[in-house]
Amino acid sequence: MTDISGGPAALPVPKSRRGSLLTQDALTKRRNAAEARFKAYGAVAITLSMLALVWLLISIISVGAPAFRQTFLTMPIELPEDKLDKSGTRDPAVMAKVTTVGYAAVIQAALTKAIKEKGISTDGMTPKDIAGIVSLEAPAQLRNHVLANPDLVGQTIDFEILANGRVDGFFKGRVTMETARLDSNIKPEQLVLAERLVDAGIMAQRFNWGFITAPDASDQRPEAAGLGVAIIGSFYMMIVVLVLSLPIGVAASIYLEEFAPKNRLTDLIEVNIANLAAVPSIVFGILGLAVFINFAGLPQSAPIVGGLVLTLMTLPRIIIPARAALKSVPPSIRDAALGVGASRLQSVFHHVLPLAAPGILTGMIIGLAQALGETAPLLLIGMVAFVRDYPSAPMQGFFDPASALPVQVFNWTVRGDPGFVERASGAIIVLLIFLLIMNAVAIILRRRFERRW
Amino acid sequence: MSAGLLSLTVLVLAVAGYILGRRRAVSVAGGDARKLHSLPSYHGQSVFLFTAVPAFILMIFWLLAQPVYIENRVTALIPNIEADDAAARELAMADVRRVASGLDLAIAQGALQQADLDTLQADATDLRGKLAGVGVALGADVSQYTFDAAREYRALKSSLGIGMAVAVLAVAAAGFAFAWSRITVAFRARNVSESFVIAMLIGASLVAVLTTFGIVFSLVFETWHFFELYPARDFFFSTTWSPKFGGGSSLGILPLLWGTLYVSVIALLVAVPIGLLSAIYLSEYASRRFRTFVKPLIEILAGIPTIVYGLFALITVGPLLRDWFAQPMGLGNSSSSVMTAGIVMGIMVIPFVSSLSDDIINAVPQSMRDGSLGLGATPSETIRKVVLPAALPGVVGAILLAASRAIGETMIVVMGAGAAARLSMNPFEAMTTVTVKIVSQLTGDTEFGSPETLVAFALGLTLFIITLGLNVIALAIVRKYREQYE
Repeated sequence: MTDISGGPAALPVPKSRRGSLLTQDALTKRRNAAEARFKAYGAVAITLSMLALVWLLISIISVGAPAFRQTFLTMPIELPEDKLDKSGTRDPAVMAKVTTVGYAAVIQAALTKAIKEKGISTDGMTPKDIAGIVSLEAPAQLRNHVLANPDLVGQTIDFEILANGRVDGFFKGRVTMETARLDSNIKPEQLVLAERLVDAGIMAQRFNWGFITAPDASDQRPEAAGLGVAIIGSFYMMIVVLVLSLPIGVAASIYLEEFAPKNRLTDLIEVNIANLAAVPSIVFGILGLAVFINFAGLPQSAPIVGGLVLTLMTLPRIIIPARAALKSVPPSIRDAALGVGASRLQSVFHHVLPLAAPGILTGMIIGLAQALGETAPLLLIGMVAFVRDYPSAPMQGFFDPASALPVQVFNWTVRGDPGFVERASGAIIVLLIFLLIMNAVAIILRRRFERRW
Repeated sequence: MSAGLLSLTVLVLAVAGYILGRRRAVSVAGGDARKLHSLPSYHGQSVFLFTAVPAFILMIFWLLAQPVYIENRVTALIPNIEADDAAARELAMADVRRVASGLDLAIAQGALQQADLDTLQADATDLRGKLAGVGVALGADVSQYTFDAAREYRALKSSLGIGMAVAVLAVAAAGFAFAWSRITVAFRARNVSESFVIAMLIGASLVAVLTTFGIVFSLVFETWHFFELYPARDFFFSTTWSPKFGGGSSLGILPLLWGTLYVSVIALLVAVPIGLLSAIYLSEYASRRFRTFVKPLIEILAGIPTIVYGLFALITVGPLLRDWFAQPMGLGNSSSSVMTAGIVMGIMVIPFVSSLSDDIINAVPQSMRDGSLGLGATPSETIRKVVLPAALPGVVGAILLAASRAIGETMIVVMGAGAAARLSMNPFEAMTTVTVKIVSQLTGDTEFGSPETLVAFALGLTLFIITLGLNVIALAIVRKYREQYE
């Protein structure tokens, strides 16, 4: 070998490679730069999607978090007998003749008295303006409380009433003095008075249980709107979805995975399921409207119809993971069962199904979580209606009108009052918490019980 | 007997059948279960199944058919209704149902007696006032034939209810007796009940097929109605969309399709580069730990309900685009725009592109990468020149799936894109899509038989066909691609 390197006829060194191997030539530099750029693109893409996620969550949570706190006025309210119960019978049926207007006067009197006692200056505001810092819902609250406890009439009670939505928004930074000047619903003087009431300890913010338990409220009263009916409606729908889709989905996946012969019917079913999983959800809404409401005559906005529609929509999304779970059980289990004389059905139900159960349940929970967040099909079956009455207990409750969490969000976003935007975002936080819990349960199930074969 | 009570009765009968069947099997074998072909519990199971399943199937069909039958019988009593005028029929039926439920309430509350009802004349008594007294407000006085129809409706309903109870219980009892009589020592109860169970499993998997049939049937049926009222040519080729309450609407699908397409294209312009590059980075560059951490985070984007994206578009992205881009550039001052909906939808679709592309890139055989790297190519050259061309069909499939998802998406466009049907190029203008109009036409107050409502079914059918076509193509491509490397 030495003679070659020493010989006169040494191989011609390529021109481009004349330099040291340790310094890069132009082409290599370009290629390496391209490499670094390409890698950076990928990193940027991932950063962008992460940023989008963070941005989404932050914007919703920052707008929605204030919905969980609410401004209330606490003050002694005198309940005069001559106004609220002229008959003196304390019979709620008779007392119900006094409308909210009567109670509004009682509240106004109490507020004026409380302001006078604390020595708060009102700068010559009219009594009507002073009463304007109280929610329109407050008289109804007081009326319901008194009708439920008729014996309170004639006494003076410490009662907590909602402050007006604008006043509440002022303390949350949504309403300022400038916007109040342009707003016909609130005056800057009222906000000044509200600040004085806070100083005097009559008005304060606290955690807003009403947001989670109360029913929806009308357009003028964002401060009183709550998610109670929507949560119950969603819960009822989830029960319907669970009860129907778990047995049907598991049965279908067992048949397709364990028993189905390779023939055209099986092919048809499989193609169907794959395509149904990708049909837009709104098409299921149209189906629900045409079949369950117009044809079968089920009532509109009832959880049973919503549940049926969501079941049909969720089924393929449950069948696919359930089949994967069944498939992951090794054939040796089936062979062993068959070997000791079990029938095929016994081998599946006694051995394969229990082993696949964690995987099936995980898929089920994730399918339920998707169904919980689904909105579009519910709009078409009348779930957008304004529902203030809680649905009754099951089974009748499944047929009563109700709302649903995501639909309630949509409902609030189309209303005029800006207070409802905060409510809608708050409702989304509640929805996301439910989804988070369901997904966490699914992950724990998978971590804890799933076997790797 | 109510449906709930009836099903409970059938269930009790079936459970009794299980216990009795079991016991009979043992006694037939003279107390020695080993003589039986099947275990005693299989004898019980077969009695249970034969009692419960046929009875429940009959009940479901009866409940589905009953309203249709009643409606046919009752509308025959109402004069002045053309047989094919669906809207008028529906309206008259609604009246009848309302009066009938009012009568039910009145009887339940004691304001009326069942016996009085038969002699009552609607025009002679103040029926409207009576019904209002029990909380059923009627728009007009009750005419005699509506009242007669309501009476007939109630009578039919109660007699059919009794009929159903009798028929269902008879079927349950017959099933019970049949299965009971078959219990002998040699009876292959296990085989019988197992084939029964397998038949039920097949039935469960046919639900998916039934759903598809239901979708296609209801869409095609109502679309057919729509085209009887409105010319198909105008629907497909007219460029104006302006539904009017009083009739004379022009319902052209083109502006809606344009809006749908525009929003979807913007969404894909956002989602495809980000999704694809993320997938490449995750599968080719990222360390294992980074991948297990980031991949689920990206998939969270797919798990967030679309209403959340809709609200995000409405309160954050829309105002932001309006204040920073549309208004300074003089392109418009609406916060809902094609751009808003497109960008937000793009974010939503990222995980659909990235997850599937990731799977597909991972399925490219390692030997191809090794060969390319061995020849001296850099990793990025390997990806661009070897891996991506090999994965291209699969990636195209993934993009088509994402496109079908974007086209069928509803809430984001309802809340982010606006409601004005427009054929415009300006991405900062509010436009509308097929899905938005389906929602607005079906949630409005127009009566059901009008073309303004029925057009939603035609739109739905169009949407269904487009997304189905995209899916079938995409799935076929992905499947073919997978086979190539397996």
